[in-house]
Amino acid sequence: MDAAQAVLKISDMPFPAVDEQQGTVEGAGPAPRADNRDTVGEPFVEDPRMTCRDVNVYYGEKHAIRDVSIDIAHNEVLAMIGPSGCGKSTFLRCLNRMNDTVDTCRVSGRILLDGLDIYGRLVDVVPLRARVGMVFQKPNPFPKSIYDNIAYGPRIHGLAESRSELDGIVENSLKKAGLWQEVHDRLDQPGTGLSGGQQQRLCIARAIAVQPEVILMDEPCSALDPIATATVEDLIAELREQYTIVIVTHNMQQAARVSRRTAYFHLGALIEVGPTDRIFTNPRHRLTEDYITGRFG
Amino acid sequence: MQMNDKAQTTMDVVHRGLARRYRRERLFRRLGLTAVLVSIGFLALLFASIVANGWTAFQQTEILLDIDFAADHFDVDNLARANYSALVKQGLRQLFPDVRGRKDRRRLYRLVSSGAAFLLQKMVMQDTSLIGTRQRVWLPADDEVDMLIKGHISRVGPESQRRLSDRQIAWIDHLTALGRLKKRFNTTFFTAGDSREPELAGIRGAMTGSLLTMLVTLLLSFPMGVAAAVYLEEFAPRTWWTDLIEVNINNLAAVPSIVFGLLGLAFFLDVLGLPRSAPLVGGMVLSLMTLPTIIIASRASLKSVPPSIREAALGIGASRMQVIVHHVLPLAMPGMMTGTIIGMAQALGETAPLLMIGMVAFIVDVPSTLTDPATVLPVQIYLWADAPERAFVERTAAAIMVLLAFLICMNGLAVFLRRRFERRW
Ligand SMILES: Nc1ncnc2c1ncn2[C@@H]1O[C@H](COP(=O)(O)OP(=O)(O)OP(=O)(O)O)[C@@H](O)[C@H]1O
Ligand SMILES: [Mg+2]
Repeated sequence: MDAAQAVLKISDMPFPAVDEQQGTVEGAGPAPRADNRDTVGEPFVEDPRMTCRDVNVYYGEKHAIRDVSIDIAHNEVLAMIGPSGCGKSTFLRCLNRMNDTVDTCRVSGRILLDGLDIYGRLVDVVPLRARVGMVFQKPNPFPKSIYDNIAYGPRIHGLAESRSELDGIVENSLKKAGLWQEVHDRLDQPGTGLSGGQQQRLCIARAIAVQPEVILMDEPCSALDPIATATVEDLIAELREQYTIVIVTHNMQQAARVSRRTAYFHLGALIEVGPTDRIFTNPRHRLTEDYITGRFG
Repeated sequence: MQMNDKAQTTMDVVHRGLARRYRRERLFRRLGLTAVLVSIGFLALLFASIVANGWTAFQQTEILLDIDFAADHFDVDNLARANYSALVKQGLRQLFPDVRGRKDRRRLYRLVSSGAAFLLQKMVMQDTSLIGTRQRVWLPADDEVDMLIKGHISRVGPESQRRLSDRQIAWIDHLTALGRLKKRFNTTFFTAGDSREPELAGIRGAMTGSLLTMLVTLLLSFPMGVAAAVYLEEFAPRTWWTDLIEVNINNLAAVPSIVFGLLGLAFFLDVLGLPRSAPLVGGMVLSLMTLPTIIIASRASLKSVPPSIREAALGIGASRMQVIVHHVLPLAMPGMMTGTIIGMAQALGETAPLLMIGMVAFIVDVPSTLTDPATVLPVQIYLWADAPERAFVERTAAAIMVLLAFLICMNGLAVFLRRRFERRW
């Protein structure tokens, strides 16, 4: 039976089956709100860090995201899953306005970070992106030294007053990213000379170095081998103590391992949101179930 | 069994086709090799003919004279006015005391360059302590003598059709026997400006003119080209307006250079009233020509910077300008510089537009400022190629060699920069 297999796969999940923070018990969440007709599950939380309401994204004529409303809680890991082309990356990139760089892209709806509309007229994307950092699918270190890769963000934002303070930030970020042991004696060597997994951790360290509140990760492990993937996953498990993390992944085991909540996207719509263990053991929407059990995508 | 047969036949078909495929490949390789060999052959031919024609210009026949700078010859207050050609003549007469008669003497004097007196004047003006002494001075021989020594004009044949008479040839042989007539390294060629006398003509003026012109071109076209490319590539929204600009830039790159010369004449000279024949205007005209090249090359190298680098920088909160200045420009710079050098090399060899703005004038002085009248290497080559004297033929070829050396250096630098800064992602 498919559902039973899914249970077996996630039997070693690090999270309790009950979402204690929300006080909601599996299967007993609040009913979907009337104005949110497409999404089933529990898209909303109390005291959210980020709030998205009726988000629509168009690439020219193409309607890539349809009426998505979801909350992202403090210090949670939210996994976004769904078949290829369903709009996960698009939605993720709305959260720090990376879509601004795409000429044809148009975003409507409201996205709030700590109550502030990030698409507001007076909002400056530069500090916004310092607060909402991003890690990309393909490791993309700058063709500079390891040190400069990490120090770049703090430098442009003026986070360090002195060289020693900057050294401290670099060391701390590398330690948090679990890379310090491997690179501390060759900080002046090019970041592009590291292995793929190390490069991805370097990129995570680079994102942490500006002390963001939210870290967006778009398939951060898809270019990595299983061992490097495990390292990055351990890292995510540690980072969630301090940061809010939104991660897009195609790897359902990964979603199950690292996330507290999971959101399932389908053709630009947000189909179902709920605690990860509930989504994987007891999906409410047929599309979610089809996807999770491998009948689709 | 059925399967096996089928596999067998498939392999047979593949094998049958294989021979033909390899044959085609060999044919293609041979064609390519032939094309390369033919072009190398032509290049070698060009170089060989230029070098064969030009290498003799790096030597110049000179005559050793004893010059008596007698004190009573000079007025200390007015050294420039002394009769220096008399000194040269005196030196010659000493060597040939038995030459009498005005006609013969004139023929004798003609062995030495008419610029010899000027050289003596320069010597004295530089070092007044020469006055009152006797000095052995190497003075340039006349270009006819030079050509005779180098074997470019004939010693035989009817005297009336020869440039040098039998007597003159006898004097030359006599001087050679004395060791007073020799080919020596031609420093004049590298230190003097243009002259009507081949033995006094040099490329210093044209070289300086070229350098000044290139300087103006570089200072104008590099920053402007890079700025335009950055704007078009990074900031401009894609509208019909930017498309129009793009089409026009590509068009400009293909416009014949003489058109830019005419524009320079009509606008820079007639409307703005800038000086004629000046490196400033030459540089401005040439930058019109190199700008499209630089913009196109710069845009291409901006485009080749991977978007992941931009995203990385944007993702940690770099502003658009910071992304460009900190990441995109450094990565695109080698390509931009290569494009610029190629554009500059084109400009260095350009003649037509400069003719239009008067840089074709006969200019003896070496220019020292951007507004001094000047000429440039390719125009100098053009001027000398037109001169009737045989001695200018070898100087033309020598000037071409210098120009080629410059071009090779510049293109070598472009290759070096590409190698040095090439990055792989
Ligand atoms: N720059 C763009 N211009 C036009 N359409 C785009 C652009 N980027 C994405 N799209 C379209 O938007 C839809 C969503 O794309 P998106 O990249 O968000 O999917 P995804 O869920 O991240 O897919 P994958 O899992 O393959 O990464 C797709 O149909 C895609 O074709
Ligand atoms: Mg994606």
